[in-house]
Amino acid sequence: MELWYTEQHTENVRFSILVEKQLFQGQSDFQRVDVFESKEFGKFFTLDGLMMVTEKDEFIYHDMIVHIPMATNPNIKKVLVIGAGDGGTVRELCRYSTIEHIDMVEIDKMVVDISLEYFPITACSLDDPRVSIYYEDGLKFVRSKDNEYDLIIVDSTDPFGPGEGLFTREFYGNCYHALNETGILVNQHENPYYDTYQHSMKRAHKRIKELFPVTKVYQAHIPTYPSGHWLFGYASKGIDPIKDLQADYWNGLNLTTKYYNTDLHIGCFMLPNYVKEQLEHVSE
Amino acid sequence: MTKRDQSQTLIVDAMQHEIDQRIVSFDVPGHKQGKGNPMLRDFLGDKAIHYDLNSRKTLDNLCHPTGVIYQAECIAAEAFNAGHAFFIVNGTTAAVQTMIMSVCKAGDKIILPRNVHRSAINALILSGAIPVYVNPGIDKKLGIGLGMAKKDIEEAILANPDAKAVFVNNPTYYGICADLKGIVQLAHSYGVKVLVDEAHGTHFYFGENLPVSAMAAGADMAAVSMHKTGGSLTQSSFLLIQNKADMGHVRQILNLTHTTSGSYLLLASLDISRKHLALEGVSVFNKVCKLTKYAREEMKKIPGYLVYDEALINGDTIGNVDPTKLSIYTKDIGLTGIEVYDILRDEYDIQIEFGDLGSILAIISVGDTSLMVERLLAALTDIKRKYKKDPSGMLDHEYIQPTIIRSPREAFYAETEVVPIKESAGRIMAEMIMAYPPGIPIAAPGELMSEEIIEMIFYAKSKGSFITGIEDTSITNIHVLKEDN
Repeated sequence: MELWYTEQHTENVRFSILVEKQLFQGQSDFQRVDVFESKEFGKFFTLDGLMMVTEKDEFIYHDMIVHIPMATNPNIKKVLVIGAGDGGTVRELCRYSTIEHIDMVEIDKMVVDISLEYFPITACSLDDPRVSIYYEDGLKFVRSKDNEYDLIIVDSTDPFGPGEGLFTREFYGNCYHALNETGILVNQHENPYYDTYQHSMKRAHKRIKELFPVTKVYQAHIPTYPSGHWLFGYASKGIDPIKDLQADYWNGLNLTTKYYNTDLHIGCFMLPNYVKEQLEHVSE
Repeated sequence: MTKRDQSQTLIVDAMQHEIDQRIVSFDVPGHKQGKGNPMLRDFLGDKAIHYDLNSRKTLDNLCHPTGVIYQAECIAAEAFNAGHAFFIVNGTTAAVQTMIMSVCKAGDKIILPRNVHRSAINALILSGAIPVYVNPGIDKKLGIGLGMAKKDIEEAILANPDAKAVFVNNPTYYGICADLKGIVQLAHSYGVKVLVDEAHGTHFYFGENLPVSAMAAGADMAAVSMHKTGGSLTQSSFLLIQNKADMGHVRQILNLTHTTSGSYLLLASLDISRKHLALEGVSVFNKVCKLTKYAREEMKKIPGYLVYDEALINGDTIGNVDPTKLSIYTKDIGLTGIEVYDILRDEYDIQIEFGDLGSILAIISVGDTSLMVERLLAALTDIKRKYKKDPSGMLDHEYIQPTIIRSPREAFYAETEVVPIKESAGRIMAEMIMAYPPGIPIAAPGELMSEEIIEMIFYAKSKGSFITGIEDTSITNIHVLKEDN
């Protein structure tokens, strides 16, 4: 007998992983949560059937969503993380002793609960004394914040479920207001390859571009996400991710990373022509 | 009398039976279960087009129901605690017209506030009934028309003892309720009937701790838009009557304007929605009230927005406030409701029900979740920050007291001429002009145009309001009565 997990990447494309066993299945107020064990990717979990985190490739996503902004502004002290219930983003942030406080806002407690139980690899820093966890809608949390954060990381699901509100103008508008004058916003930015994702990617980019003076997009290769080619958005009120890169400072921290390095930092902003073209035409 | 089982859906069952029997159709509709119109079938889906049936032996006939439609109407009547419930598929407009024409012949008087929906004014044109307008109460701050004061109704009755009925708009679009029970007692004590345009009040029949419904207040007839807050398909409604003995007469009047090809998709949607609310209404509307209460409380934390709530209640012109409505006064941040409506739609991809000169209205209903409500709250927070202006120089009212010169029907059919709106002050209107929504005429046939009305029209237009009702769609000229007329 073979048990396969299959995600429908598009109507016509499927991605499958051979599953050893299912470790958890639950329905929260917001979504269905499943945890599986596999030979190829180790443990992984899905939300409403969509791949979120695997033990084998999570480092790529978490390296890229955290170290890019952290190497750009060494003075980041207060961080807001939205989503990120698996804890991987917080784990990477906690490696910086210069960070004083992290607010993590995850709408679904069940995601944190299963991460604590099955994914100590990502959830290991959620008990760091600098971390406060709030279980509420990120859109609500950010609405009342004013000039408070140096960095906001939007580590959300796709915009087809509870994450939908995190791809909207009202959300980015409130984020802008919650950031201080050197603030940086980094968000997971979907993939540029398949049509359905492409559409949300362009919309998110358009909304951010209308608000922030500096907006750049960077990329990484994430094997278990649709098309494998994933984008991140970088936006700030002034700090440029390439010109202001503090390479010597960051290398002096001696952090060991499996994916990120300061050469890749510059390289990841160099986009393929078809992606550049999509981003240039978002306002049309 | 034993109660009927509210879990039944007799019309739906009969439709299902027709499909299951695989009946060969040599009747209309000509698309024959979609086979004749594959493009439409692909758009609507197999199932919807399959159920688009026509009146048949087993499906009864909407104009003269004796079978499943009649039985389904009786079940609905019990759900609403009414003497009888008519299934309406021509919109609540048909129900409003039937109410008025059931009690008023040409020349009969009807007492009503002027801030009624265009369907009521149109019913006056159709029937030839003569309106006796009672000024609705006005909220000075919000600038909107409220319910009618009981003493004003009593004065109108005493001055017009031959009036046949009082027509009440309850709740208003904003969710403002009159003292309906008091009005019914008063009118009935003079032998005058009470008709209620309850288009926005379906949920009053099914929820807990909501304002009193027209039937419970003892009103004689009510028009209820099941599709607005009850979940049925657009254009489907109920007409309710208190006394079953009136059923035959009301049916005859209804048949003057009601279609003879009633859509079974709409009838089925009424049947299923009635079942849903009869069985689940309490929990559905408790959830809606909870969401709306949360939204109101969060909105109150944002200075600049004023939220309509029970603090407005004054026992007369505001007898109650519908807790499921999210009405917000926006003028203190320098924006008309119309402008906020447009910004929400154009910049935030959020559609609300309407915006007028001072307020916006968001409908929160059975289909909403807290995540969607958060989007609206976040957007309004952001809009205040980005678009706030100096509020001076904004028009401060929604409602202008009309001066009535002719009856609506008389003016509508009189000899007219066309003049520019800008030069129409002092002339008598032959048509109706309004911002839509809310669809309450700024000026109606038979009313005197004034500089104030003209200013209101162009102000609303300049703020982005959709002005409608007149023949000239460019909103430049209007029909007025000829001077010697």
